[in-house]
Amino acid sequence: MCDTCGCDGEGPAKITKPGEDHEHIHAHGDLKHIHHHHHNDDHEHEHPHAHDHKHDHEHDHGHDHFHEPHHTHEIKLETDVLQQNNMLAERNRGYFEAKHIYALNLVSSPGSGKTSLLERTLREMGTELNFFVIEGDQQTMNDANRIAALKTPVVQVNTGNGCHLDAEMVQRAVRKLEVADHACLIIENVGNLVCPSLFDLGENARVVVISVTEGEDKPLKYPNMFHSADLCIINKTDLLPYVDFSVEKAREYALQVNHHLEFIECSVKTGEGMIQWYEWLKKNVNR
Amino acid sequence: MHELSIAENIIEIVEQSAREAKALKINRIVLDIGRLSGIEMDALKFAMTSMLKGSLAEGAMVEYRDIEGKAHCTACGKDSSVSDFFSLCPHCNGYQLDIVQGKEMKVSSIEVESE
Repeated sequence: MCDTCGCDGEGPAKITKPGEDHEHIHAHGDLKHIHHHHHNDDHEHEHPHAHDHKHDHEHDHGHDHFHEPHHTHEIKLETDVLQQNNMLAERNRGYFEAKHIYALNLVSSPGSGKTSLLERTLREMGTELNFFVIEGDQQTMNDANRIAALKTPVVQVNTGNGCHLDAEMVQRAVRKLEVADHACLIIENVGNLVCPSLFDLGENARVVVISVTEGEDKPLKYPNMFHSADLCIINKTDLLPYVDFSVEKAREYALQVNHHLEFIECSVKTGEGMIQWYEWLKKNVNR
Repeated sequence: MHELSIAENIIEIVEQSAREAKALKINRIVLDIGRLSGIEMDALKFAMTSMLKGSLAEGAMVEYRDIEGKAHCTACGKDSSVSDFFSLCPHCNGYQLDIVQGKEMKVSSIEVESE
């Protein structure tokens, strides 16, 4: 808990480079109490304090007083509820375009093998493409440290109680990371097949990873995520002899939810199929 | 998911708009919530009830317009009503459906009171 204002620090996510002290971004007004509460976007604002809407003209008690009815009118808004995030995502997109950065949003359940996939990719493709990584987790620097061990520039976003990355966190992380022009930026989202689907980060493509140990009906159970993805990687194919998983069915279900999906089957552990992923990466980064 | 922060976003949007219009209070909010938006209506209603308190929209009437899902089949070219992401095309049984309506989450309009 923050001892300045007693808030639970649920506000801005913490963004840290491996080896650095935790930077706890916490803006407080000097005299006024600026109340933080958990938004998808990082801005502080004062709550409008409830104030008296009564008429402020005086009148004597007991006299009849005719009040003019207040004027009411309709305002057409047609405003997307997530416009704050979506506008920031578009800004990110513009930034990436200007700097020729290819950005990927990597999503999955916890444990599908996102970080391992990244590690192997960095080891085998690190000389061909200029990788930068943003890691997202509730807590710990563990994933960022794994990436840093491969000498790849990385920052860790810790969302605290948050369950997904949003465009504002990515914007802050990108600035801290100082992503180079023509780079391939991989954003490893918080392990979660539900919430990240709602939040555009400004990425060029969204890659959903599932592993064969998760059940072939995953796409039907988590349709929003598969519907919003561009590529589906089916990982851990080396375990197929030991699990009841039909790759055919999984692809079928996924296509029902999103007929534009591309598929890659691989095993990060054995390396089988990884070449397809590398081809896909090269083709898209160099488009 | 996130109905509480969705409700917060809605309040921010309507309050900002009301302030720009120099309004005293908001009497009515009209929301368009698509059936495929991923929002749980009951959870949103509950969240809104709590978020309206203390805001410029306290006591406002909130209208929740349920926007049905529509899809266009790229295989047979026909349109259909859909209520989920995985239904097949009722005309040709194909899976090549593109959703054209139902993913929205919008504040359509507000009614404000000013001097």
